[in-house]
Amino acid sequence: MPTAAPGSARGQRLYRDRGVVLRSIKLGEADRIVTLMSEGHGKVRAVAKGIRKTGSKFGGRLEPATHVAFQCHRGRELDVVTQVETIDAHRALREHYGCLTHAVSMLEAVDQVALEREPDPALYRMLERALRTLAEQPSPAVSTAFFWKLLSLEGFHPVVDQCTRCGGPAPFRAWDLRAGGVCCGACVLGGRPMAPGTAETIARIVGGGLAGVLADPPDDRVLGEVERLAVASLEFHSERRLKSASLR
Amino acid sequence: MASVYEGPIQALIDELGRLPGVGPKSAQRIAFHLLKIPPEDVARLATTIVEAKRQVTWCRRCFNFATGDLCTYCLDERRDRTVCCVVEEARDIVAVERTHEFHGSYHVLQGAIAPIEGVGPEQLRIKELLARIGDEGITEVILATNPNIEGEATAMYLARLCKPLEIRVTRLASGLPVGGDLEYADEITLGRALEGRRDL
Ligand SMILES: [Zn+2]
Ligand SMILES: [Zn+2]
Repeated sequence: MPTAAPGSARGQRLYRDRGVVLRSIKLGEADRIVTLMSEGHGKVRAVAKGIRKTGSKFGGRLEPATHVAFQCHRGRELDVVTQVETIDAHRALREHYGCLTHAVSMLEAVDQVALEREPDPALYRMLERALRTLAEQPSPAVSTAFFWKLLSLEGFHPVVDQCTRCGGPAPFRAWDLRAGGVCCGACVLGGRPMAPGTAETIARIVGGGLAGVLADPPDDRVLGEVERLAVASLEFHSERRLKSASLR
Repeated sequence: MASVYEGPIQALIDELGRLPGVGPKSAQRIAFHLLKIPPEDVARLATTIVEAKRQVTWCRRCFNFATGDLCTYCLDERRDRTVCCVVEEARDIVAVERTHEFHGSYHVLQGAIAPIEGVGPEQLRIKELLARIGDEGITEVILATNPNIEGEATAMYLARLCKPLEIRVTRLASGLPVGGDLEYADEITLGRALEGRRDL
């Protein structure tokens, strides 16, 4: 259950929550502004004072992808972090370039869709689970599946069982970004051509079969295509470029 | 913020406020200080800035700051050319030098891979580093990028590139800050410190 901001309605300015660090940017000489996807407070932006000093009490706890329990002091524009404890540092993610770039893409995507101070516990849980899965099974299928589920959560559930234009059956030959789904052979015009197996893989992923996809992954070409389509769909709906997706 | 001062005063505050680490309040304080001190002091500061900008360039070998073709470290014959310490910024060289523990050469990447900012490897001095490894007989590369997500991404990327070159690639150890308390160490730092423990 999301931790409701205890007492915030009564005018108290201190709150506790759990969250995943999405990003961290330098501020002034020794501080950072940290963005967290929290369970009960939506996206939170808070200043971590003195964090860049070697002796900081925060240490590496507010590095991106870290799952933390934190306490913040509510500010007018930015909150101030007062305490942090690590729940999971996801260290495995930080030891491989591929894992790290995939993790960062998920963090960036969440940063783009999440709203500040608008609780979205489902998004928080999905991100936290995906990071844990990626740390255990470093496969590009994890972030790809995450993107599709994110689209679904945001109300853009991909249509993979019938042609988005005529309602016709498989085989499907192309993907329509605007309609968010497949097109049949008669309706391919204007769609993005896709390799055989792409629609089936997307269907497996959004149908909850990620474990199956991880255990028995499609070939790299199909997986690459499913990933490119996910990124293109996310960028189409958020109208923003997913910068980290180009760094693979 | 609305301009509250007359043209030239506000222009000065705005210019100062563009400097890193200078907020609106500091910019205002510095501007008022400059307006109060004798004109010759201001002229000296202005000339110093312009001259430094004119004379200082990048070392063509390591991309540290230099006043000539090569920087002081690249010109120093006593330094070990077979070991190269790779840093993100020129100021990191100063930090390493203060240890008096390193006597090799340097290479400045002029940044770090920052996926969310869209800074990729091609924006860094990586090609130049690889060329140096081939040309200068470098046998060990020490990756001294920052121990944060950007620095680590950069180090892992470089390690992967250097692998086929059959040279020794090392990374600065993460450990406990001297003078700190063990109980306050974060889990990643403590985990790595444990992994990198030494026999006594
Ligand atoms: Zn059709
Ligand atoms: Zn040099």
